[in-house]
Amino acid sequence: MSNNTENSENVGVIKSVWRWFRRPTARFALGTLVIVGFVGGIVFWGGFNWAMEVTNNETFCISCHEMEANVYREYKQTVHYNNRTGVRATCPDCHVPKTWVHKIARKIQASNELYHHFLGTVDTPEKFEAKRLELAGNVWKVMKETDSRECRNCHNFDFMDFTVQENRASKRHAEAIDSGKTCIDCHKGIAHDLPEGAFDAERKINKAAN
Amino acid sequence: MKSLKMLVATGLIGAFMSIVPGTTGVLAQEEGVWSLRGEVALNDAAPLADTKKQNTSGKMGRAYRQQPPLIPHRMEKYQINSKVNQCLRCHDWPYNTEEGAPKVSETHYFNRNGVALDTIAGTRWFCTQCHVPQTQARALVKNKFKNASEVD
Repeated sequence: MSNNTENSENVGVIKSVWRWFRRPTARFALGTLVIVGFVGGIVFWGGFNWAMEVTNNETFCISCHEMEANVYREYKQTVHYNNRTGVRATCPDCHVPKTWVHKIARKIQASNELYHHFLGTVDTPEKFEAKRLELAGNVWKVMKETDSRECRNCHNFDFMDFTVQENRASKRHAEAIDSGKTCIDCHKGIAHDLPEGAFDAERKINKAAN
Repeated sequence: MKSLKMLVATGLIGAFMSIVPGTTGVLAQEEGVWSLRGEVALNDAAPLADTKKQNTSGKMGRAYRQQPPLIPHRMEKYQINSKVNQCLRCHDWPYNTEEGAPKVSETHYFNRNGVALDTIAGTRWFCTQCHVPQTQARALVKNKFKNASEVD
């Protein structure tokens, strides 16, 4: 009985809100509504973008110790962090897509990472190491599916000068273009340590894709 | 008067301390001991090391029969540890056929008791203990070494 009355009350609230929303205003000028709507739009859209940028940089990523103590420290030893020319990539350059739709999709997926942060799924190096093959495998799979989209934000076959590459590299890159390979097919473990069983997992992923 | 005597005494002690060798230890250390950076003050930038660039133009071949073949490509970033050996991704059978890489010698699949294994023997795991990247480095010590094929 009590449930029924609660339900009817709820319906009442929803209905009244809907009526308020639909009711034309006789109090405010159209100009006021337009200006308030315009300014409100700027504030909300600007705020949305701001929040997006604040959560899309390395400082934010390594504010969680799971990232700082494991993958970030390994990353600092690699060529994408420290190199001849001083150009470097940060976490989101490789792990968050640049195009808007894909970026938002990735950001929504990241809420799962927040969930596991508070759950403490990988809060020690040992737990992280035990999960590493699975986590790395997820990234490899996604990169293969997207044809290494994030790599290609900077690296492009069209602008590679094979003559300045090492002999082996230029030969293998030419082969890769001919056979339609993607960056991640070969370049695994370039920014983070490889987990045990990495190459067996790699072959499984490649077999499933072909 | 008392204060004047004290002043003279402290002055004398100070002069004595500076003559005794033990107290000048800091100076002696600065002159006699070098750090690995060479004779460069802590706050100064050390000169750049003369690094040897790796030769990746082709295979250099062996100087004698038992020589472990040299590595003709870059591999300084390859991970070889208790979890992964990145060399084996291409040089282990059957993957060497897909990648067009030389196969690891069959001798590397026998353990120390002579038992044939399907995976590389643990004693052979760390490739770079024997196989080194090839460089055109000048000999560290002057010597008359000749390749085995050139010896009369």
